[in-house]
Amino acid sequence: MASKAILFDGTQCIGCRSCEDACASKWGLPYNEQVASQERLSEKKLTTVLTRGDHFARRLCMHCVEPTCVSVCPVGAFRKTSLGPVIYEEWRCMGCRYCMLACPFHVPAYEWSQRLPKVRKCDMCYERQLSGQVTACSEACPTGATKTGDRDAILAEARERLAKNPGQYDGRIYGLSEAGGTSVFLLSAVPLEKFGFRTDLPSEALPVLTKRVLAFVPDVVGVGGVLLGGIYWLTHRREAVAAAEGKSGERRRRG
Amino acid sequence: MARAGILPRLTFWRGVFLVLMALGAYATYVRFFEGLGASTNLSDDFPWGLWIGFDVLCGVGLAAGGFTLAAAVHIFNIQKYKPIVRPAILTAFLGYLLVIVALMFDLGRPYRIWHPLIMWNPHSVMFEVGWCVTLYTTVLALEFSPIVLEKLRWNAALKAVHTALIPLVILGVILSTLHQSSLGSLFLIVPHKLHPLWYTPLLPVFFFFSALMVGLAMTIFESWHSSKAFGRQLEVSLLRGLARLLAVLTTAFLVMRFLDLARRGALGLAFTPTTEAYFFWLEIAFLAIPGVLLFRTRIRANPKALYLCAVLVVFGFITNRLNVAVTGLESASGVQYVPKWTEVVVTLAIVALGFALFRAAAQYLPVFEESEDREEADVHTAIETQMAQGD
Repeated sequence: MASKAILFDGTQCIGCRSCEDACASKWGLPYNEQVASQERLSEKKLTTVLTRGDHFARRLCMHCVEPTCVSVCPVGAFRKTSLGPVIYEEWRCMGCRYCMLACPFHVPAYEWSQRLPKVRKCDMCYERQLSGQVTACSEACPTGATKTGDRDAILAEARERLAKNPGQYDGRIYGLSEAGGTSVFLLSAVPLEKFGFRTDLPSEALPVLTKRVLAFVPDVVGVGGVLLGGIYWLTHRREAVAAAEGKSGERRRRG
Repeated sequence: MARAGILPRLTFWRGVFLVLMALGAYATYVRFFEGLGASTNLSDDFPWGLWIGFDVLCGVGLAAGGFTLAAAVHIFNIQKYKPIVRPAILTAFLGYLLVIVALMFDLGRPYRIWHPLIMWNPHSVMFEVGWCVTLYTTVLALEFSPIVLEKLRWNAALKAVHTALIPLVILGVILSTLHQSSLGSLFLIVPHKLHPLWYTPLLPVFFFFSALMVGLAMTIFESWHSSKAFGRQLEVSLLRGLARLLAVLTTAFLVMRFLDLARRGALGLAFTPTTEAYFFWLEIAFLAIPGVLLFRTRIRANPKALYLCAVLVVFGFITNRLNVAVTGLESASGVQYVPKWTEVVVTLAIVALGFALFRAAAQYLPVFEESEDREEADVHTAIETQMAQGD
């Protein structure tokens, strides 16, 4: 199956929050007016609509092409599936929360109130997609503002919309190059900074920053071992020679 | 120590210790029965706080004297430092054990702390740190074991450890180099979050270098306290040597820091009136004062002045690490993190436990005794035997 992606077009969103509702019921999370009014990702809300006047945007896991969470997790609890979704395997997680620190999109949330907490984030309805269904949020969207499909087709469509109605959009496909590219693309009429999105992210995927350093590990072990062994030999050889000379000198004196 | 009856006399510091332990016990209850939300001021915006910033990042660095002194004496054969190897290894061993204790508080699921050992992700810096810390704690246990084995007069085991000592020390130096620097590498992944006064590709180099520096400062610190507590004086030449090294390391660290800032064009940020700039200068001041003072012969020759300089270096180091882990991340997070009282109390209780365990070990085990000469003799006998067999 081809890699999937989500397209969210803010110009088509009416702010009805059906996506939030559908997402909550998919995860078995309570959804009410109070939850609806909190426009931020949390353990209770894995996606949220953002409102700025007449304009809307949506936050959810961006499902990076080369995800930072996958690279930083010490126990490999995150996995980028060939289908596109980045999934989280709770049974591996020890709760170090490095994924939360590292995520450039500030997505993973933690169950701070639980005695045995886990990380919560959108999984792009991996199981539904495996069986050929679209994500719960796409299915629930009454206007087609959220749409799931093959990544190539979705990206082509996003480009086409920008080309057809350039005046309607701010001109950016958010997710195209952010942190090396994602599997969620956002279109908006107003700059996404206004909704609190980071638009200054590097276009290079972040994991390379630590991979470069980790590549030195075998060298440190090899060179360090030889160097220290050599220094030990040198410093103690001098002593052994001195001791041997001292002994023979003594013998000579006696003889 | 004078004892009245069965119970030890209640001194001021023992009282402080007891209060901290009681508060710590309550905070521990809150942490494990009501969760991280109730016991910390951490949030989705600020997932790492005091327990990672101080207990882990500073704890590991403060314990760095163990590998530097073991290397100086056993590898570089600088016998002058022999008398302080054991206290340094004791500090390191206790330090790492307490770091693991602190991690048990911070991890959401502490009972899975062993997962990195079997669920590998070699791309993760945290994975590498996990492995190195586990292995190095084992190495430290073995390096520390002669002190216990001597007390127990278990000579066969003692001989076995002595035979393996040099490979162990080499392994310890390699593992320390790797994870001391990797603690800095952890933050390489957040160029978009960490303030430019601290984010640099050189973070691993700085973390390693500052660990060397503070390991030495801690050695001076504990030597001074031990000489007070146990009435033993260290040789002046030894202390002078340590002081000279500390002066060079501290100054070199500062020079590297400023060269890096200038090269990245971030130096101007230090002169803007921001919280980050204030904390930056606090860190620099703590290090620059002893850095300058220690170049004066009169300061180096005065044990008390030397001790105060070492304390300043320790403060500078702690400020630097907390700046990386807390101050430097605040503005990008959009929230202000101030640790909750439970976080502070757990941290203080762990530090107090460290002091108490060091004192108990120093009192009941041959940490400071002349047995070091015997160890030396043993090691040499073992090595000579090996060499003779090899020939």
